[in-house]
Amino acid sequence: MAAYVARRIVLIALVLLAVSILVFAITTLLPANVAYLILGPFAPPEQVRALELKLGLTDPVWQQYLRWASRFLSGDLGESMLMNRPIAPMLMEALGRSLVLTSVSFVLIAVIGVGLGVVAALRHGRPLDHGVSVATYLGIAVPEFFWAIVIIVIFAAWLGWLPASGYEPLSAGFRIWAQHLIAPTITLVFGHLAHVSRLTRSSMIEVMQSPYVTAARAKGLPERVVVLRHALRNALLPTITVLALDFGRLMGGIVVVETIFAYPGLGRLVVFSIQNRDIPTLQAAILVVAAIYAFANLVADLLYAWLNPKIRYGNAA
Amino acid sequence: MPPDAAPRKTWSLQLKAGLAITGAIVLLGLLAPWIAPHPWDTISMRTRFLPPNPTYWLGTDEYGRDVLSRLLMGTRLSLAMGVSATAVSLAIGVPVGLAAGYFRGWVDEVLMRGADVLMAVPPIMLGLLVLAVTPPALWKTALAVGFVYIPQIARLARSVTLSLANEDFIQAARARAEGTGYILFREILPNAWPPLIVEASLRVTYAILLGSALSFLGLGAQPPSSDWGLMISEARSFLDRAPWIALAPGLAMCLLVIGINLLGDGARERLDPRLKSRAGAA
Repeated sequence: MAAYVARRIVLIALVLLAVSILVFAITTLLPANVAYLILGPFAPPEQVRALELKLGLTDPVWQQYLRWASRFLSGDLGESMLMNRPIAPMLMEALGRSLVLTSVSFVLIAVIGVGLGVVAALRHGRPLDHGVSVATYLGIAVPEFFWAIVIIVIFAAWLGWLPASGYEPLSAGFRIWAQHLIAPTITLVFGHLAHVSRLTRSSMIEVMQSPYVTAARAKGLPERVVVLRHALRNALLPTITVLALDFGRLMGGIVVVETIFAYPGLGRLVVFSIQNRDIPTLQAAILVVAAIYAFANLVADLLYAWLNPKIRYGNAA
Repeated sequence: MPPDAAPRKTWSLQLKAGLAITGAIVLLGLLAPWIAPHPWDTISMRTRFLPPNPTYWLGTDEYGRDVLSRLLMGTRLSLAMGVSATAVSLAIGVPVGLAAGYFRGWVDEVLMRGADVLMAVPPIMLGLLVLAVTPPALWKTALAVGFVYIPQIARLARSVTLSLANEDFIQAARARAEGTGYILFREILPNAWPPLIVEASLRVTYAILLGSALSFLGLGAQPPSSDWGLMISEARSFLDRAPWIALAPGLAMCLLVIGINLLGDGARERLDPRLKSRAGAA
């Protein structure tokens, strides 16, 4: 197992290395000159030239990459072009806020998704089951920004219960802080429930028909114990993998949700840096997201292996 | 519905509903220029922010343009986005997958690790990254969306190829000393189509959603285009007094995505009897 984990981590490092090359290549090789982008279309050519020299844009591309990568590895993410601030603290702050948002959403997705899946499985084929399928289906069939807008229309514009957008730090008071989290969280949760609830439902239905559930019932155990202790524990196995993958998906979902709700997290930072041509910030932010994404996948695989003794690594991969 | 009650080779309700919804939307999109009740891009300050009424069924927007007419014209853009982006993914992903599955060894390794790298970044971020350094245009967004979904198509094509590579008819073609290109595209590809087509139809909805999200973020269609994502994005500032401008394209997108999903799921169950019996048992 240790060897497997080590190998996976090496693999992740390699993938991230490749992603960094990809990110660098796309942002430098595309037919758009960084100096030109910074200075705008009316800058005199000699000024563009001077900035190119200052930024080292006249060096060969591989030298630029190595310089960027080695600085990146030593923890120096460079300076934001737009705000003339070091990127690292800015990025960490945004990451922290995004992690709050995604973690809260993730816990809710797990609890509500599994709950709905179990309820649907126990009422399988009845109206409640169909109701759950339709509701969760709507969640994934419709883009997040649409739900965000529905929530704003209902809860902010119409009922006036929630602020339409923005962010308040925890120091402003728990209530105010939490109020700003509710709308983006609901949006993220609703958009990701379906995978979890569907999978839990189908594996629950399968497990409930298995001999050991029949045996547990035959022993005279109360139904609640049969469902929670015997059936759910086994049915959760595939769900856990999907949950960990959902954490990665949430990192994509925050782009739109944070933009709509003006929540100053990582997703908004990416959009902001694109809109303002702040390429160093963009490069750093995408790499951080890729790293989180890769580790979420690793955690998914490890959890699955740990929970499922049938899987043996080494020759399987 | 118990599986044995359904006679073989009938169209499931799912497939019929999917076909009806998708067909209706495609038809409306194709006929849009002729059936749109008003011009979609004529600005008229006297008809701003009208709620839905008998003349403007879905109301008007902040420039007094008819929301229904814009919605109908936008249908074409969404469909074009979904289809063209998926075509790009197929055009690159299928040959890559065929090659990886057929040659195995280092070719497989290189191509699939490449796919891993693309899949290491969330699709929307990859799309943003590709579009970041070029002036936005809808066709570029379609290309970027197609690019983002290459790995998934390639992986599927690879696994189908792997399962076909040892079939007798492939061995026979090899024994006849057919060229590799012939075997890949004339022997394997025709047999790999059914699962690929089903996957592609579901990919169309992913492409529509991602494309509209990118337009929403300003990296797709540009004003005065009536792309649904852009319509929603522009309507954002008027949610409190004119929510219909944003709700109409949102609901339309909802319907289209559900229609295509039903169609794809229905087709998949029809093509894969194993899945059907499992779904029936569940």
